[in-house]
Amino acid sequence: MKQATDLSVLVKNSGEWLKGTGPESDIVISSRIRLARNLAGFPFIKKCSDDDRRKIERQVRTRLEALAGWDDIQYVDIDSLAEVDRQFLVERQLISREIAEAEGSRAVAIDPGEQYSVMINEEDHLRLQVMHSGLDLISAWEQMDKLDDAIEGELLYAFHPRFGYLTACPTNVGTGLRVSVMLHLPGLVITQQIEKVFRSMQRINVTVRGLYGEGSQYTGDFYQVSNQVTLGHTERELLTMVGEEVVPRIIDYERKARDFLMEKGEQDLLDDVSRALGILSTARKISSEETMHYLSKVRMGVNLGLIDDVEVATINKLFIHTQPAHLQKLQGRMLTTSDRHIERANYLQRHLRDSGSLPEELN
Amino acid sequence: MKCQYCDKPATFHITELTQPGGPQILHLCEHHARTVLQKEAPSPIKTITGALAKQLQLGQTKEELQKLDKKECPSCGITFFEFRNSGRLGCPMDYTHFESDLTPLLINIHDSLEHTGKRPSRAAANVDAQAELISLRKAMEAAVQNEDYETASQIRDKINEIQGDPKHPGYVPPSENDDADSEESASGEGGGL
Repeated sequence: MKQATDLSVLVKNSGEWLKGTGPESDIVISSRIRLARNLAGFPFIKKCSDDDRRKIERQVRTRLEALAGWDDIQYVDIDSLAEVDRQFLVERQLISREIAEAEGSRAVAIDPGEQYSVMINEEDHLRLQVMHSGLDLISAWEQMDKLDDAIEGELLYAFHPRFGYLTACPTNVGTGLRVSVMLHLPGLVITQQIEKVFRSMQRINVTVRGLYGEGSQYTGDFYQVSNQVTLGHTERELLTMVGEEVVPRIIDYERKARDFLMEKGEQDLLDDVSRALGILSTARKISSEETMHYLSKVRMGVNLGLIDDVEVATINKLFIHTQPAHLQKLQGRMLTTSDRHIERANYLQRHLRDSGSLPEELN
Repeated sequence: MKCQYCDKPATFHITELTQPGGPQILHLCEHHARTVLQKEAPSPIKTITGALAKQLQLGQTKEELQKLDKKECPSCGITFFEFRNSGRLGCPMDYTHFESDLTPLLINIHDSLEHTGKRPSRAAANVDAQAELISLRKAMEAAVQNEDYETASQIRDKINEIQGDPKHPGYVPPSENDDADSEESASGEGGGL
């Protein structure tokens, strides 16, 4: 395990989960598995002294270092990071907003492919995360199960025979498992059916959140679907509920909405996505919200075959790389909001023009 | 006036009366107003508050609730009132100390009380020893706060004794027993042990 003092390795790359591959990747961006774990013999974070937090961090770090195959893992001390770096990790979905904004000893271990990460001293002592591209929950779970076993071999977890893995918040107790699938649903948004779909889902114990999790605005037509309950079901049952019962239904609704839009007015849709691409590749100043809005249209256009020379992976990457902290890390300097608008437009232009992406109508 | 979330003009002015810090005024464009007004309540705290409110309406009288609020975990010291306000528990022992009070809440949230999933291959050491460790850590912190370094030092020795004795149910193998490490002392920045 390597102590990372700056995030330069991460800045240059982009995570495996942004590749735009895997099953149903025209609609499913990523599959995420999260486990909440706590160490026995320590209070939960809320009642931890600074000294307790330091001890937990050190104990976990020492044990992670001992794991086989962890030589290339980057270990980041979040407490000593600059605010822009913390924000960068949030945008990259490697840490939560909660741990970024917390205080005291806390850290994250990240694998070079950004498929898995371990947060230390978040709401729970340990939050393990595995992310895969597309709808790929089973293999993500298998990877997580092994990671959990390896860590559990080194540390004693707080566990209750009846209530299972004990967590700071009773909403996570039991399996400690949150299964989340990030969906891109522009068709359901345009046809105004999205609320109807989500209302129907509330009855079946799943929750829906925006792109960056709890409390954020829904941006760019991205929605995250997760299991609500964690106790009383096995991990496999929760995976089946989200990955085989709920998500395929939403995918089906989204496909029908896209088919409907294509049948009703392919020219209108072509016009809409072409204008979006036109704005993104020619604008001189552009906000993050506007970028998300148009990138969402372009992504749908690519997936419907209306735009054929932009890769989905490029669009996925642009969603993340045009966020404020990413732009500043890529530029290697702090930027004001106004400078960011200019730099974002430059970045979009470079990447969309380089890929030779302008449709014939615009060339 | 511009919308708080984008550059469009704010045409909706919403006063939220239910925010914890008092009324909050939002200035929003039509799009963001719709999003805010239609937003579901996905946060676990809200779920817990909702579940607790439901549970408390069903079961307790005002007197019973006041009594419950004062109930305290002997290991970490959290009161039920503190938990009710924050939605977060203080230590793993709370699930034992508040078991009967948490049961209706867990049923409300999960519709179940029995974990049926994965189990760790190694059982955590004896529950009483774990509770003792948490109490000792709390006492040590209190002693440091009071600058009573002699007591803090004694407590630290006790923690190390528990974690270092293979016959004790709270035994932690040496490599994990970081409390025994001299790099960090119980004195914090105060020194003087």
